[in-house]
Amino acid sequence: MSKVGIIGIGHGVFGRRSDATVQELAFEAFRTAMDDAGIERKDLDASVIGSVPEYHKQRSLAGVINEYLGLIPKPAWLTEVACASGSAAIRTAWMAIKAGVHDIIAVIGCQKMTELETPEILALMGRVGEVQWESIYGTTFPGYYSLFARRHMHEFGTTHEQLLKVAIKNHYYGAKNKYAFFQKEITMEKALASDMVAAPLQVFDCCVNADGAACVILANEDRAKEICKKPVVWLEGMGCATASMSVLRRPNLYSIPSAVEAGAQAYEMAGVGPGDIKVAEVHDCFTIAEIMAYEDLGFCKKGDGGRFIEDRQTYIGGKIPVNVDGGLKAKGHPIGTTGVSMTVEICKQLRGEAGERQVPNADIGLTHNVGGIGQYTFVHILKRED
Amino acid sequence: MFKWFGKVNFSPFTKVADFAQHLKEGHIMGSRCKTCGATSFPPRADCSECMSGDFEFFEISGKAKLHTYTKIVAAPTGFQDLAPYIVGVADLEETGRILAWIGETIKEDEIKIGMDVQVVPQIFDELEEIKVYYSLEKPGTSWTKM
Repeated sequence: MSKVGIIGIGHGVFGRRSDATVQELAFEAFRTAMDDAGIERKDLDASVIGSVPEYHKQRSLAGVINEYLGLIPKPAWLTEVACASGSAAIRTAWMAIKAGVHDIIAVIGCQKMTELETPEILALMGRVGEVQWESIYGTTFPGYYSLFARRHMHEFGTTHEQLLKVAIKNHYYGAKNKYAFFQKEITMEKALASDMVAAPLQVFDCCVNADGAACVILANEDRAKEICKKPVVWLEGMGCATASMSVLRRPNLYSIPSAVEAGAQAYEMAGVGPGDIKVAEVHDCFTIAEIMAYEDLGFCKKGDGGRFIEDRQTYIGGKIPVNVDGGLKAKGHPIGTTGVSMTVEICKQLRGEAGERQVPNADIGLTHNVGGIGQYTFVHILKRED
Repeated sequence: MFKWFGKVNFSPFTKVADFAQHLKEGHIMGSRCKTCGATSFPPRADCSECMSGDFEFFEISGKAKLHTYTKIVAAPTGFQDLAPYIVGVADLEETGRILAWIGETIKEDEIKIGMDVQVVPQIFDELEEIKVYYSLEKPGTSWTKM
Protein backbone atom coordinates (compact mmCIF):
# COMPACT_ATOMS: atom_id res chain seq x y z
CA MET A 1 0.00 0.00 0.00
CA SER A 2 1.18 3.53 -0.80
CA LYS A 3 3.10 5.34 1.89
CA VAL A 4 2.27 8.85 3.09
CA GLY A 5 5.04 11.42 3.25
CA ILE A 6 5.53 14.94 4.53
CA ILE A 7 6.64 17.20 1.70
CA GLY A 8 6.40 20.64 3.31
CA ILE A 9 6.65 22.16 6.77
CA GLY A 10 5.90 25.58 8.25
CA HIS A 11 6.02 26.99 11.77
CA GLY A 12 4.98 30.39 13.10
CA VAL A 13 6.30 32.23 16.13
CA PHE A 14 4.63 31.07 19.36
CA GLY A 15 3.74 33.52 22.07
CA ARG A 16 1.23 36.19 22.93
CA ARG A 17 0.31 37.09 19.37
CA SER A 18 -1.83 40.18 19.83
CA ASP A 19 -0.75 41.19 16.32
CA ALA A 20 -2.78 38.55 14.51
CA THR A 21 -6.10 36.73 14.21
CA VAL A 22 -6.16 32.95 14.23
CA GLN A 23 -6.57 32.80 10.44
CA GLU A 24 -3.61 35.15 10.04
CA LEU A 25 -1.54 32.85 12.26
CA ALA A 26 -2.66 29.90 10.13
CA PHE A 27 -1.66 31.77 6.98
CA GLU A 28 1.94 32.29 8.20
CA ALA A 29 2.51 28.58 8.78
CA PHE A 30 0.62 27.54 5.65
CA ARG A 31 2.53 29.94 3.40
CA THR A 32 5.87 28.71 4.75
CA ALA A 33 4.90 25.06 4.31
CA MET A 34 3.68 25.60 0.74
CA ASP A 35 6.92 27.39 -0.16
CA ASP A 36 8.87 24.59 1.50
CA ALA A 37 7.00 21.97 -0.55
CA GLY A 38 7.27 24.06 -3.69
CA ILE A 39 3.64 23.57 -4.64
CA GLU A 40 0.71 25.87 -5.32
CA ARG A 41 -2.77 25.93 -3.88
CA LYS A 42 -4.21 24.27 -6.97
CA ASP A 43 -2.12 21.19 -6.12
CA LEU A 44 -3.92 20.70 -2.81
CA ASP A 45 -6.95 18.44 -2.55
CA ALA A 46 -8.13 19.38 0.94
CA SER A 47 -7.16 20.89 4.27
CA VAL A 48 -7.60 19.57 7.80
CA ILE A 49 -7.50 21.94 10.75
CA GLY A 50 -6.40 20.83 14.22
CA SER A 51 -7.76 23.21 16.83
CA VAL A 52 -9.82 23.36 20.02
CA PRO A 53 -12.85 25.50 19.24
CA GLU A 54 -13.81 26.74 22.71
CA TYR A 55 -10.79 29.06 22.95
CA HIS A 56 -11.83 31.12 19.95
CA LYS A 57 -14.45 33.82 19.59
CA GLN A 58 -14.84 32.69 15.97
CA ARG A 59 -17.01 29.61 15.73
CA SER A 60 -16.58 26.93 13.05
CA LEU A 61 -12.94 27.74 12.47
CA ALA A 62 -12.23 25.50 9.46
CA GLY A 63 -14.48 27.58 7.23
CA VAL A 64 -12.83 30.86 8.14
CA ILE A 65 -9.33 29.50 7.72
CA ASN A 66 -10.15 27.77 4.43
CA GLU A 67 -11.48 31.08 3.12
CA TYR A 68 -8.51 33.14 4.32
CA LEU A 69 -6.02 30.69 2.82
CA GLY A 70 -7.87 30.92 -0.50
CA LEU A 71 -8.75 27.24 -0.67
CA ILE A 72 -12.44 27.47 -1.46
CA PRO A 73 -14.14 25.27 -2.76
CA LYS A 74 -11.77 22.49 -1.64
CA PRO A 75 -12.91 20.27 1.24
CA ALA A 76 -11.95 21.39 4.76
CA TRP A 77 -12.80 20.16 8.22
CA LEU A 78 -11.63 20.37 11.81
CA THR A 79 -10.53 17.71 14.24
CA GLU A 80 -10.77 18.08 18.01
CA VAL A 81 -9.36 15.86 20.73
CA ALA A 82 -8.22 18.54 23.20
CA CYS A 83 -4.43 19.04 23.23
CA ALA A 84 -3.96 16.23 20.69
CA SER A 85 -6.10 17.90 18.01
CA GLY A 86 -3.07 18.58 15.80
CA SER A 87 -2.03 14.93 15.71
CA ALA A 88 -5.64 13.93 15.08
CA ALA A 89 -5.61 16.23 12.06
CA ILE A 90 -2.46 14.52 10.78
CA ARG A 91 -3.95 11.08 11.35
CA THR A 92 -7.15 12.11 9.56
CA ALA A 93 -5.20 13.39 6.54
CA TRP A 94 -3.05 10.23 6.56
CA MET A 95 -6.21 8.11 6.55
CA ALA A 96 -7.73 10.08 3.65
CA ILE A 97 -4.56 9.68 1.59
CA LYS A 98 -4.18 5.99 2.51
CA ALA A 99 -7.77 5.44 1.46
CA GLY A 100 -7.01 6.99 -1.91
CA VAL A 101 -9.63 9.70 -1.48
CA HIS A 102 -7.11 12.57 -1.66
CA ASP A 103 -3.50 12.84 -2.90
CA ILE A 104 -2.20 15.99 -1.18
CA ILE A 105 -3.57 17.53 2.02
CA ALA A 106 -2.52 20.55 4.07
CA VAL A 107 -2.73 19.94 7.82
CA ILE A 108 -2.86 23.13 9.82
CA GLY A 109 -2.68 23.30 13.59
CA CYS A 110 -3.73 26.70 14.85
CA GLN A 111 -4.78 28.12 18.15
CA LYS A 112 -5.21 31.55 19.64
CA MET A 113 -5.46 31.12 23.39
CA THR A 114 -5.08 34.70 24.51
CA GLU A 115 -8.34 35.91 22.95
CA LEU A 116 -10.28 34.98 26.05
CA GLU A 117 -10.43 37.13 29.18
CA THR A 118 -9.08 35.70 32.43
CA PRO A 119 -12.56 34.90 33.87
CA GLU A 120 -13.42 32.92 30.74
CA ILE A 121 -10.12 31.02 31.01
CA LEU A 122 -10.75 30.32 34.70
CA ALA A 123 -14.22 29.00 33.89
CA LEU A 124 -12.85 26.72 31.15
CA MET A 125 -10.11 25.59 33.52
CA GLY A 126 -12.79 24.37 35.91
CA ARG A 127 -14.26 21.97 33.35
CA VAL A 128 -11.18 20.09 32.14
CA GLY A 129 -12.02 17.00 34.17
CA GLU A 130 -15.06 14.77 34.23
CA VAL A 131 -17.65 17.36 35.24
CA GLN A 132 -20.25 15.18 36.95
CA TRP A 133 -18.09 13.66 39.70
CA GLU A 134 -14.75 15.50 39.64
CA SER A 135 -15.01 19.13 38.50
CA ILE A 136 -17.44 19.82 41.35
CA TYR A 137 -14.36 19.72 43.60
CA GLY A 138 -12.55 22.43 41.67
CA THR A 139 -10.11 20.14 39.87
CA THR A 140 -7.76 21.71 37.32
CA PHE A 141 -5.25 20.52 34.70
CA PRO A 142 -2.26 21.07 36.99
CA GLY A 143 -4.29 19.48 39.77
CA TYR A 144 -4.73 16.25 37.81
CA TYR A 145 -1.07 16.08 36.84
CA SER A 146 -0.19 16.71 40.48
CA LEU A 147 -2.25 13.67 41.40
CA PHE A 148 -0.11 11.69 38.92
CA ALA A 149 3.11 13.30 40.19
CA ARG A 150 2.36 12.50 43.83
CA ARG A 151 1.52 8.89 43.02
CA HIS A 152 4.64 8.56 40.85
CA MET A 153 6.75 9.89 43.73
CA HIS A 154 5.08 7.41 46.08
CA GLU A 155 5.58 4.42 43.77
CA PHE A 156 9.09 5.12 42.54
CA GLY A 157 10.70 7.71 44.79
CA THR A 158 10.72 10.34 42.05
CA THR A 159 11.65 13.76 43.45
CA HIS A 160 10.38 17.22 42.64
CA GLU A 161 13.91 18.30 41.70
CA GLN A 162 13.96 15.54 39.09
CA LEU A 163 10.71 16.89 37.64
CA LEU A 164 12.13 20.41 37.47
CA LYS A 165 15.17 19.10 35.61
CA VAL A 166 12.79 18.46 32.71
CA ALA A 167 11.85 22.15 32.74
CA ILE A 168 15.50 23.19 32.92
CA LYS A 169 16.34 21.01 29.89
CA ASN A 170 13.40 22.26 27.87
CA HIS A 171 14.22 25.90 28.61
CA TYR A 172 17.86 25.20 27.69
CA TYR A 173 16.72 24.14 24.22
CA GLY A 174 13.91 26.71 24.02
CA ALA A 175 16.59 29.37 24.36
CA LYS A 176 17.98 28.11 21.04
CA ASN A 177 14.63 28.07 19.20
CA LYS A 178 13.61 31.34 17.56
CA TYR A 179 9.98 30.21 17.36
CA ALA A 180 9.71 29.56 21.11
CA PHE A 181 7.65 31.67 23.53
CA PHE A 182 10.40 31.58 26.21
CA GLN A 183 13.87 31.79 24.73
CA LYS A 184 15.53 31.88 28.13
CA GLU A 185 17.28 29.35 30.29
CA ILE A 186 16.18 28.82 33.88
CA THR A 187 17.92 27.60 37.02
CA MET A 188 16.83 25.19 39.73
CA GLU A 189 16.79 28.06 42.25
CA LYS A 190 14.44 30.08 40.07
CA ALA A 191 12.19 27.07 39.40
CA LEU A 192 11.97 26.18 43.10
CA ALA A 193 11.15 29.77 43.98
CA SER A 194 8.21 29.95 41.58
CA ASP A 195 4.61 30.10 42.86
CA MET A 196 2.77 26.94 43.80
CA VAL A 197 0.01 26.03 41.34
CA ALA A 198 -1.19 22.62 42.56
CA ALA A 199 1.23 21.05 45.01
CA PRO A 200 3.69 19.58 44.28
CA LEU A 201 3.62 21.31 40.88
CA GLN A 202 4.85 24.92 40.71
CA VAL A 203 4.71 27.48 37.91
CA PHE A 204 7.89 26.10 36.35
CA ASP A 205 6.40 22.61 36.23
CA CYS A 206 3.66 23.89 33.92
CA CYS A 207 3.70 24.77 30.24
CA VAL A 208 2.22 28.06 29.14
CA ASN A 209 -0.80 28.80 26.97
CA ALA A 210 0.29 30.40 23.71
CA ASP A 211 -0.90 31.53 20.31
CA GLY A 212 0.61 30.03 17.22
CA ALA A 213 0.24 27.86 14.14
CA ALA A 214 2.14 25.13 12.35
CA CYS A 215 1.53 23.34 9.06
CA VAL A 216 2.60 20.14 7.32
CA ILE A 217 1.77 19.11 3.77
CA LEU A 218 1.08 15.39 3.33
CA ALA A 219 1.19 13.54 0.01
CA ASN A 220 0.89 9.99 -1.25
CA GLU A 221 4.06 8.14 -2.21
CA ASP A 222 4.01 8.88 -5.93
CA ARG A 223 3.27 12.58 -5.58
CA ALA A 224 5.73 12.97 -2.70
CA LYS A 225 8.58 11.45 -4.70
CA GLU A 226 7.64 13.52 -7.73
CA ILE A 227 7.31 16.87 -5.92
CA CYS A 228 9.70 16.84 -3.02
CA LYS A 229 13.18 18.28 -3.62
CA LYS A 230 14.14 17.68 0.02
CA PRO A 231 14.26 14.27 1.71
CA VAL A 232 10.70 13.03 2.19
CA VAL A 233 9.78 12.25 5.79
CA TRP A 234 7.47 9.23 5.84
CA LEU A 235 4.71 8.53 8.36
CA GLU A 236 5.70 4.95 9.17
CA GLY A 237 3.99 4.20 12.47
CA MET A 238 0.66 5.72 13.44
CA GLY A 239 -0.62 4.82 16.90
CA CYS A 240 -3.78 6.17 18.48
CA ALA A 241 -5.54 5.09 21.67
CA THR A 242 -7.82 6.32 24.42
CA ALA A 243 -8.10 6.05 28.19
CA SER A 244 -10.88 6.96 30.60
CA MET A 245 -11.60 10.63 31.10
CA SER A 246 -12.14 10.01 34.78
CA VAL A 247 -9.12 9.38 36.99
CA LEU A 248 -11.46 7.21 39.04
CA ARG A 249 -11.55 4.63 36.25
CA ARG A 250 -7.85 4.45 35.31
CA PRO A 251 -5.86 1.26 35.97
CA ASN A 252 -3.18 3.35 37.71
CA LEU A 253 -2.31 7.00 38.27
CA TYR A 254 1.43 6.95 37.50
CA SER A 255 1.22 6.26 33.76
CA ILE A 256 -0.91 7.32 30.78
CA PRO A 257 -2.39 4.03 29.51
CA SER A 258 -3.42 5.49 26.13
CA ALA A 259 0.22 6.47 25.54
CA VAL A 260 1.45 2.96 26.28
CA GLU A 261 -1.09 1.52 23.84
CA ALA A 262 -0.56 4.13 21.10
CA GLY A 263 3.21 3.69 21.42
CA ALA A 264 2.97 -0.07 21.05
CA GLN A 265 0.82 0.33 17.92
CA ALA A 266 3.23 2.83 16.36
CA TYR A 267 6.32 0.69 17.06
CA GLU A 268 4.62 -2.35 15.59
CA MET A 269 3.47 -0.58 12.44
CA ALA A 270 6.87 1.03 11.87
CA GLY A 271 8.72 -2.19 12.68
CA VAL A 272 11.03 -0.44 15.16
CA GLY A 273 11.50 -0.32 18.92
CA PRO A 274 12.19 2.44 21.44
CA GLY A 275 15.94 1.90 21.00
CA ASP A 276 15.70 2.83 17.32
CA ILE A 277 14.27 6.30 17.94
CA LYS A 278 16.96 8.97 17.50
CA VAL A 279 14.92 12.03 18.53
CA ALA A 280 11.51 12.46 20.16
CA GLU A 281 8.97 15.15 20.80
CA VAL A 282 6.81 14.30 23.81
CA HIS A 283 3.85 16.03 25.43
CA ASP A 284 5.39 17.88 28.38
CA CYS A 285 2.31 19.89 29.37
CA PHE A 286 3.68 19.39 32.89
CA THR A 287 7.12 18.15 33.94
CA ILE A 288 5.67 14.89 35.29
CA ALA A 289 4.07 14.30 31.88
CA GLU A 290 7.49 14.15 30.22
CA ILE A 291 8.77 11.74 32.89
CA MET A 292 5.74 9.47 32.33
CA ALA A 293 6.27 9.72 28.56
CA TYR A 294 9.86 8.39 28.85
CA GLU A 295 8.46 5.37 30.64
CA ASP A 296 5.24 4.89 28.66
CA LEU A 297 7.21 4.93 25.38
CA GLY A 298 9.86 2.53 26.69
CA PHE A 299 12.78 4.99 26.55
CA CYS A 300 13.51 3.83 30.09
CA LYS A 301 11.97 1.35 32.52
CA LYS A 302 8.76 2.20 34.36
CA GLY A 303 9.72 4.24 37.41
CA ASP A 304 13.16 5.23 36.11
CA GLY A 305 12.02 8.46 34.44
CA GLY A 306 13.28 10.71 37.23
CA ARG A 307 16.75 9.18 37.15
CA PHE A 308 16.71 9.23 33.34
CA ILE A 309 16.50 13.04 33.24
CA GLU A 310 18.86 13.36 36.21
CA ASP A 311 21.45 11.45 34.16
CA ARG A 312 20.80 13.85 31.24
CA GLN A 313 19.81 10.94 28.99
CA THR A 314 17.28 13.13 27.14
CA TYR A 315 19.75 15.87 26.22
CA ILE A 316 21.51 15.78 22.84
CA GLY A 317 24.35 13.30 23.40
CA GLY A 318 22.22 11.21 25.77
CA LYS A 319 20.37 7.99 25.05
CA ILE A 320 17.38 9.69 23.40
CA PRO A 321 17.17 13.47 22.95
CA VAL A 322 13.66 14.65 23.86
CA ASN A 323 12.01 18.02 23.19
CA VAL A 324 15.15 19.68 21.88
CA ASP A 325 12.96 22.48 20.49
CA GLY A 326 11.96 23.54 24.01
CA GLY A 327 8.88 21.34 24.30
CA LEU A 328 5.52 22.66 25.37
CA LYS A 329 7.28 24.07 28.42
CA ALA A 330 9.46 26.67 26.72
CA LYS A 331 8.07 26.75 23.18
CA GLY A 332 4.53 27.30 24.48
CA HIS A 333 1.42 25.19 24.06
CA PRO A 334 -1.16 26.47 21.56
CA ILE A 335 -3.14 23.35 22.21
CA GLY A 336 -4.52 22.49 18.77
CA THR A 337 -1.19 23.39 17.14
CA THR A 338 1.10 21.33 19.34
CA GLY A 339 0.90 17.98 17.51
CA VAL A 340 1.70 19.67 14.19
CA SER A 341 4.49 21.72 15.78
CA MET A 342 6.06 18.49 17.12
CA THR A 343 5.87 16.99 13.63
CA VAL A 344 7.53 20.04 12.07
CA GLU A 345 10.39 19.74 14.57
CA ILE A 346 10.89 16.03 13.86
CA CYS A 347 10.91 16.74 10.11
CA LYS A 348 13.59 19.43 10.62
CA GLN A 349 15.63 17.00 12.68
CA LEU A 350 15.31 14.18 10.11
CA ARG A 351 16.17 16.54 7.26
CA GLY A 352 19.17 17.90 9.16
CA GLU A 353 17.75 21.43 9.29
CA ALA A 354 17.66 21.92 13.08
CA GLY A 355 20.78 24.11 13.27
CA GLU A 356 22.46 24.22 16.67
CA ARG A 357 19.75 21.94 18.07
CA GLN A 358 20.48 19.24 15.47
CA VAL A 359 20.61 15.68 16.79
CA PRO A 360 23.42 13.88 14.91
CA ASN A 361 22.40 11.03 12.59
CA ALA A 362 18.69 11.48 13.20
CA ASP A 363 16.86 9.21 10.76
CA ILE A 364 13.92 7.99 12.86
CA GLY A 365 11.87 10.31 15.06
CA LEU A 366 8.77 10.06 17.20
CA THR A 367 5.96 12.39 18.30
CA HIS A 368 3.83 11.73 21.39
CA ASN A 369 0.82 14.02 21.68
CA VAL A 370 -1.58 13.64 24.61
CA GLY A 371 -5.10 15.06 24.74
CA GLY A 372 -6.52 16.26 28.04
CA ILE A 373 -5.19 14.24 30.95
CA GLY A 374 -4.60 11.21 28.74
CA GLN A 375 -8.05 10.53 27.31
CA TYR A 376 -6.37 10.44 23.90
CA THR A 377 -2.80 9.81 22.82
CA PHE A 378 -1.31 9.81 19.33
CA VAL A 379 2.18 8.40 18.78
CA HIS A 380 3.64 8.85 15.31
CA ILE A 381 6.94 7.45 14.07
CA LEU A 382 8.59 9.26 11.18
CA LYS A 383 11.45 8.08 8.99
CA ARG A 384 13.64 9.92 6.53
CA GLU A 385 13.93 8.54 3.03
CA ASP A 386 17.44 7.36 2.31
CA MET B 1 -32.29 16.81 42.31
CA PHE B 2 -28.77 16.33 41.09
CA LYS B 3 -28.22 20.09 40.94
CA TRP B 4 -27.74 19.85 44.72
CA PHE B 5 -24.53 17.92 44.18
CA GLY B 6 -21.41 20.06 44.33
CA LYS B 7 -20.69 23.68 45.16
CA VAL B 8 -20.72 24.33 41.43
CA ASN B 9 -22.80 21.78 39.54
CA PHE B 10 -22.26 21.28 35.81
CA SER B 11 -24.67 18.40 35.15
CA PRO B 12 -28.07 18.86 36.86
CA PHE B 13 -29.81 16.13 34.84
CA THR B 14 -28.76 12.50 35.02
CA LYS B 15 -30.28 9.05 35.31
CA VAL B 16 -28.57 8.68 38.70
CA ALA B 17 -30.08 11.91 40.08
CA ASP B 18 -31.37 10.13 43.22
CA PHE B 19 -27.73 9.90 44.34
CA ALA B 20 -27.97 13.48 45.58
CA GLN B 21 -31.20 12.76 47.53
CA HIS B 22 -29.51 9.81 49.25
CA LEU B 23 -26.45 11.92 49.95
CA LYS B 24 -28.60 14.62 51.54
CA GLU B 25 -29.98 11.92 53.85
CA GLY B 26 -26.50 10.76 54.77
CA HIS B 27 -26.03 7.78 52.48
CA ILE B 28 -23.36 7.31 49.83
CA MET B 29 -24.56 5.07 47.05
CA GLY B 30 -22.86 3.06 44.37
CA SER B 31 -24.71 1.37 41.52
CA ARG B 32 -25.24 -2.31 40.86
CA CYS B 33 -26.32 -3.74 37.51
CA LYS B 34 -29.52 -5.77 37.99
CA THR B 35 -28.63 -7.96 35.01
CA CYS B 36 -25.00 -8.99 35.63
CA GLY B 37 -24.35 -7.67 39.14
CA ALA B 38 -21.39 -5.43 38.22
CA THR B 39 -20.93 -2.62 40.71
CA SER B 40 -19.66 0.92 40.18
CA PHE B 41 -18.63 4.02 42.01
CA PRO B 42 -19.31 6.69 40.90
CA PRO B 43 -22.73 5.17 40.14
CA ARG B 44 -23.74 4.76 36.51
CA ALA B 45 -27.12 3.99 34.96
CA ASP B 46 -25.78 1.91 32.10
CA CYS B 47 -23.64 -1.10 32.87
CA SER B 48 -20.11 -0.87 31.49
CA GLU B 49 -19.81 -4.67 31.53
CA CYS B 50 -23.03 -5.95 29.92
CA MET B 51 -24.59 -2.69 28.65
CA SER B 52 -27.82 -3.23 30.57
CA GLY B 53 -29.68 -0.07 31.59
CA ASP B 54 -31.32 -1.74 34.57
CA PHE B 55 -29.56 -0.67 37.77
CA GLU B 56 -30.15 -0.21 41.48
CA PHE B 57 -28.37 1.82 44.13
CA PHE B 58 -26.62 0.18 47.05
CA GLU B 59 -25.07 1.92 50.04
CA ILE B 60 -21.32 1.84 50.46
CA SER B 61 -19.55 2.03 53.79
CA GLY B 62 -17.36 4.95 52.78
CA LYS B 63 -14.26 3.17 54.08
CA ALA B 64 -11.37 3.98 51.77
CA LYS B 65 -7.59 4.28 51.42
CA LEU B 66 -5.98 7.44 50.10
CA HIS B 67 -4.51 6.80 46.63
CA THR B 68 -3.06 10.25 45.85
CA TYR B 69 -3.73 13.94 46.56
CA THR B 70 -2.89 17.50 45.56
CA LYS B 71 -3.26 20.93 47.11
CA ILE B 72 -4.84 23.23 44.55
CA VAL B 73 -3.72 26.83 44.94
CA ALA B 74 -4.71 28.28 41.55
CA ALA B 75 -8.47 27.66 41.55
CA PRO B 76 -11.03 27.89 38.76
CA THR B 77 -14.25 29.93 38.71
CA GLY B 78 -16.49 29.19 41.68
CA PHE B 79 -13.72 27.80 43.87
CA GLN B 80 -11.44 30.79 44.44
CA ASP B 81 -12.99 31.53 47.85
CA LEU B 82 -12.06 28.02 49.02
CA ALA B 83 -8.46 27.98 47.76
CA PRO B 84 -6.14 26.51 48.69
CA TYR B 85 -7.94 23.19 49.03
CA ILE B 86 -6.71 19.62 49.08
CA VAL B 87 -8.22 17.16 46.63
CA GLY B 88 -7.73 13.48 47.35
CA VAL B 89 -8.43 10.33 45.34
CA ALA B 90 -9.22 7.27 47.44
CA ASP B 91 -9.81 3.58 46.73
CA LEU B 92 -13.17 2.55 48.17
CA GLU B 93 -13.41 -0.68 50.13
CA GLU B 94 -16.42 -1.98 48.17
CA THR B 95 -15.93 -0.74 44.63
CA GLY B 96 -14.20 1.93 42.60
CA ARG B 97 -12.52 5.18 43.54
CA ILE B 98 -13.73 8.52 44.82
CA LEU B 99 -12.42 12.05 44.39
CA ALA B 100 -13.18 14.62 47.08
CA TRP B 101 -11.73 17.31 49.31
CA ILE B 102 -9.77 16.13 52.27
CA GLY B 103 -11.80 17.55 55.15
CA GLU B 104 -11.03 19.37 58.37
CA THR B 105 -10.59 16.25 60.53
CA ILE B 106 -7.30 15.48 58.74
CA LYS B 107 -4.43 17.90 59.25
CA GLU B 108 -2.31 18.63 56.19
CA ASP B 109 0.86 17.21 57.72
CA GLU B 110 -0.93 13.97 58.57
CA ILE B 111 -1.87 13.25 54.96
CA LYS B 112 -0.15 10.15 53.59
CA ILE B 113 -0.80 7.98 50.57
CA GLY B 114 -2.20 4.66 51.78
CA MET B 115 -3.82 6.10 54.93
CA ASP B 116 -7.34 5.05 55.89
CA VAL B 117 -10.02 7.65 55.27
CA GLN B 118 -13.78 7.78 55.73
CA VAL B 119 -16.04 9.29 53.07
CA VAL B 120 -18.53 11.54 54.90
CA PRO B 121 -21.64 13.19 53.42
CA GLN B 122 -21.64 16.96 53.88
CA ILE B 123 -23.96 19.92 53.37
CA PHE B 124 -22.66 23.41 52.64
CA ASP B 125 -24.21 25.34 55.52
CA GLU B 126 -22.94 28.72 54.39
CA LEU B 127 -24.91 28.62 51.13
CA GLU B 128 -28.59 29.54 50.82
CA GLU B 129 -29.50 26.81 48.35
CA ILE B 130 -29.11 23.17 49.23
CA LYS B 131 -25.63 22.02 48.22
CA VAL B 132 -24.39 18.58 49.18
CA TYR B 133 -21.05 16.89 48.72
CA TYR B 134 -18.84 14.36 50.44
CA SER B 135 -15.39 14.71 51.92
CA LEU B 136 -12.55 12.44 53.01
CA GLU B 137 -12.21 12.44 56.81
CA LYS B 138 -10.52 10.56 59.63
CA PRO B 139 -11.84 7.02 60.10
CA GLY B 140 -14.66 7.06 62.62
CA THR B 141 -15.97 10.45 61.57
CA SER B 142 -19.72 10.13 61.15
CA TRP B 143 -22.31 12.09 59.30
CA THR B 144 -24.48 14.39 61.38
CA LYS B 145 -27.47 16.29 60.11
CA MET B 146 -26.66 19.96 59.92
